[in-house]
Order: sequence, then structure tokens, then C-alpha cells
Amino acid sequence: MYETKYHRASTVSDAAAMLKNADDGKLLSGGQTLIPTMKQRLAAPSDLIDLRHIGEISGIVKQADGSIRIGAATCHADVAGNEDIKAVLPGLADLAGTIGDPHVRHMGTIGGSVANNDPAADYPAALLALGATIETNKREFSAQDFFTGMFETALDEDEIVTAVVFPVASNTAYAKFPNPASRYAMAGVFVAKTGAGARVAVTGAGQDGVFRMPDMEKALDGNWSADAVAGMAPSADNMLSDLHGTAAYRANLVTVMAKRAVAASS
Amino acid sequence: MTTVSMTVNGKQISGEVEDRTLLSTFLRENQGLTGTHIGCDTSQCGACLVHMDGKAVKSCSMLAVQATGSAVTTIEGVSQNGQLHIMQKAFKENHGLQCGFCTPGMIMSAIDMIDRLGTDLDEKTIRHELEGNICRCTGYHNIVKAIKAAADEMAEVLEAAE
Repeated sequence: MYETKYHRASTVSDAAAMLKNADDGKLLSGGQTLIPTMKQRLAAPSDLIDLRHIGEISGIVKQADGSIRIGAATCHADVAGNEDIKAVLPGLADLAGTIGDPHVRHMGTIGGSVANNDPAADYPAALLALGATIETNKREFSAQDFFTGMFETALDEDEIVTAVVFPVASNTAYAKFPNPASRYAMAGVFVAKTGAGARVAVTGAGQDGVFRMPDMEKALDGNWSADAVAGMAPSADNMLSDLHGTAAYRANLVTVMAKRAVAASS
Repeated sequence: MTTVSMTVNGKQISGEVEDRTLLSTFLRENQGLTGTHIGCDTSQCGACLVHMDGKAVKSCSMLAVQATGSAVTTIEGVSQNGQLHIMQKAFKENHGLQCGFCTPGMIMSAIDMIDRLGTDLDEKTIRHELEGNICRCTGYHNIVKAIKAAADEMAEVLEAAE
């Protein structure tokens, strides 16, 4: 690892100031992607600003309108085990419980995951399907506007994700086909019945990161069953293709995972 | 250089490290606690597991400075008064190791598993929860057996205490 300078922030404005004063600073949350990346010398920030100890961006609250607000520094294990989320959005709790392994889930955070927008990350599928709102220290984004491409988001360089808010929904479920070795999603599909109708979002498979499946959504609006989406797949032209699976294979996985997710939803 | 201070195995310690020093390196080279192993460079093998504030984490995937102010338990800290932890004893009795390199991480993982899920563990759960620990001897069978035996013994101890 190249040399770096560590700073621990105690408030969001503190962190923003530290980032501003750094040459080439990076925000550090759980660090379960960033630290391994730095170990491989694929990232070499001059400064690290640790967000893990900022109380104001940690924790889970069920709000008056039923929505769930998750602070950015909340770890995956806390989301997976939260009773409110298990009751209201069981698909979201299940998804958090499949990220990495138990030890990664003790450190990795929702804010870090969405800000990084790894094309194989799990959370983006839940945010996009559920129409979540991403709150930052400057403004709010809809998930639709936030995820702009592989490892790309609408965040400014100096912007800090502070929370993610999930509106109420029913029939939430997530099904993923993990790569047998790395356990990253080769295709992960999140389904939900939302206030705006059926939603289907796919991670792991697309060249541009997370995406929705409008055809499947329309079919599920009329008939919420695995059969309704059985004949539908995304175009293989837009799928990732590598030694783990061809584009056509991934397109088919999307169909299979969508069927499994709908079948598992209740 | 930065001064880091934390509680390690119940003792308040501090040391001078570069900010880029990993917690695993700090424990091994600064504190001489070489029971925490480094088995891979990719955060996958779990040989470096320690408990930080009661939760199992990979000490190779965090900086020592990140642990400042925390309470860390390493494999050296799980035995009490010269008595092996029930989990350590079960690994010994069930031959839950071959070369032994992954064993510290396996034991820290197993203790954390029981902390989180309780002692009523079936084989499927144990295997699934070991997702973050790799045994390159592929000695999983006896590792799972050892964890099951320890969980059963802990359940008995808890029952006797009630």
C-alpha cells in the first residue's frame, strides 16, 4: 500500500472540510472495497477520511410514513438483522445478509456500497427497484438519477452520502446467482410491488451497472407470478461477458433470477 | 507516524505506526501476537480474523488506526486462566485442523457465529456461516464437527447455569 494519511471525522461537516483540505482524498467507510484496492496499489489516495464514527449518519429508523431511513455508515449486518426491515422490506434484509461474508458485513456499509456502485454490488438493485432516495450533505437523488454507469454515480467529487430512504413496498424479494468462486453477483434481481407498480431491477449482469426491466414490470403488474416473466430476458448486447459467463448466459440468468425472486416474494 | 491506542485482549496498549499499517501487521509485528495469520492478500481467507468491539472482522482489511479506541480480541485472548476456550478444546478433540494455518481464523469465526446465532446450529448453517474462512487443506468436515460439538457443549453449560 502506498503512503496515506488517516483522518477520523466526527461530523459530516468535519468530514467535508477534511476532504476539501486533502490533495487527493478519499472517503473511507467500512473500507471492505477501498482497503483491499489500496493493498493492490490500484488506489493511492493521499488522505483517508474515516466516516465510520459519525453518529449522525449511523442507524436505522422507521419513519412516520412507514419508510425506512438507513444512515450511510450503517453496516450490512445491522440491516440484515433489523426487525423493522425484516417486517416491512424482507427482501432488503435478505439482500444485506447475502453481501460478502459475515465478517465483511460487520464492516461494509450501505453508503460505501452505493457510492462505489460496483456493477456486481447488491444494494443498487434494491435502491432502484424500491425507488429509494439517496441523501447527501448537499441534496437528494432518486435512485434512478443516482446510478449513472459502472462505478459511476451522480455524486460530486466532494459529496458525502448521508442516508438512504426506502419507501414502503410489498412482496420484496432478491435472488442472486453468485459467482461460485468470488461470490459476487453474476446476476441479482430485486422485485417489489411499489406504490408506482411492480418493479424489477438487475445488478451484476449489465455493462452499465444496475438497470430496470420494464417489460417484466408491465407483465407483473397484470400477473404477479414467476410464469409472467418466464419468457423475458434483457438483450445480450448490453450484458457483461467474461471468463465467468457469456453475455447470453448472463441474460438467461436474469430471467431465472427474476422468476426465483417473484416466486420467493410474499 | 501516528500513535494508535486500543485494548487488545483486555490490556490497554499503544504503538507507533504508519497510517497505512494494517491492523493484522500491527498485531503481529508491533504487538508480537502472531496467532493472527495472514493467509491471502485479497481479503478472502479469514485467517486474520479478530473480534473488534465484539464482532469478527478481517484485520488485514482495515488499518490499525481505524481500530484506535476499540477493544480487540485475538486468538491469544480467548483462553481464560490457562484453560482453552470450549471452541479451542473442541477443535483439538475433533481434529478440526490439518496444517493449522487457518485455525485461528476458524476459531474466531466460530465463536462469533455462536455469539450471533446462539448454540442451536445445524451443519448447513455452520457451513454457510464459514463462507468467509478458507481451509486450503480442505479439512472442513472436522472443522464443522468441532464447531457443532462446541456449540452443543456451550448449550449444556448455559443450561446448567440456569
